[in-house]
Amino acid sequence: MNDNLRIALAGNPNTGKSTLFNLLTGLKQHTGNWAGKTVDLMAGTFTFKGISYEMIDLPGTYSLFSNSKDEEVARDYIVFEKPDITLVVLDATALERNLNLALQVMEITEKVVICINLIDESEKMGISINEKILMKRLGVPVIKISARNKIGIPMLLDTIDRLIKGNIPCNPYKMTYDEETEMKIEQLIPFVQNITGEQLSARWLSLRLIDGDKSLLKEIEQRLAKKDAI
Amino acid sequence: MNGSKILKLFDANIGDAVRITHLDINGVMRRRLLDLGFVPGAIVKVLRKSPLGDPIAFRVSQTTIALRKEESTKIEGELVSYE
Ligand SMILES: Nc1nc2c(ncn2[C@@H]2O[C@H](COP(=O)(O)OP(=O)(O)OP(=O)(O)O)[C@@H](O)[C@H]2O)c(=O)[nH]1
Ligand SMILES: [Mg+2]
Repeated sequence: MNDNLRIALAGNPNTGKSTLFNLLTGLKQHTGNWAGKTVDLMAGTFTFKGISYEMIDLPGTYSLFSNSKDEEVARDYIVFEKPDITLVVLDATALERNLNLALQVMEITEKVVICINLIDESEKMGISINEKILMKRLGVPVIKISARNKIGIPMLLDTIDRLIKGNIPCNPYKMTYDEETEMKIEQLIPFVQNITGEQLSARWLSLRLIDGDKSLLKEIEQRLAKKDAI
Repeated sequence: MNGSKILKLFDANIGDAVRITHLDINGVMRRRLLDLGFVPGAIVKVLRKSPLGDPIAFRVSQTTIALRKEESTKIEGELVSYE
């Protein structure tokens, strides 16, 4: 398509993804089809420090696993289209709920930036958020912003820039499961690697297999079949 | 609280706060409820009921979520407080 770096916006419904998207991309927006899907995702471009980015506004979801159409679209984009950065937008007034999706994204991909939006609202409610501690515990950059009030945007762009240039490390926290699950994961990994190689995280795929994620399996099957046909 | 009352979310009254203890569901529906915040240990509050009690709106983890009867009858918890 083009050699823009791609940033996908993920997050719960109503966390301000589109507001951030509009702020950064302005009038440079278009809709596009991805990988034979009939859904149109909004995409837009912007430039920062001489680097061109394409930003993709994914549908808001609480999860990537519950198999609604929206969740499949968001999951498939992150898993198969492999954006250079996935920006997870969280609602500062409901962090506990919002972190569920952030952890799910962090299991799929390494390159994650967490953006805590609506800090104007959380401050009004007397909630103070220590993003440095979050950053340490999550292993990825965490930036506080208010997309509507244009607060924290330079810091966010700077973080993206430094991440792309490899100047800040990204080591997303990986959930450790109970002993039985971890054992099963270990057993499955070599088989999974045999089929999908290094394209997808074998650990994550093994977990999805254990969870019985039929929708994901179907998607992979279709994509592998298409590749074979070419 | 000793000998606290165990009830299904469907049977809770408006204003009740219930600590979830158990979900009697498997598969995709269980996954969905967990992702919506209906996890064991979470405290949910009954906000509103439709005339026939289906669906019911709950406050869970700082968000309002409505559940259908077939879902709320399968979630159990203990009553923590009521209005
Ligand atoms: N107070 C406040 N409101 C905001 C902020 N950012 C976005 N909003 C508001 O939050 C609401 C939802 O914003 P959207 O950008 O549509 O959220 P979204 O994540 O794209 O929502 P979905 O696409 O439905 O998932 C809108 O009314 C915005 O104006 C912010 O920083 N502060
Ligand atoms: Mg939106």
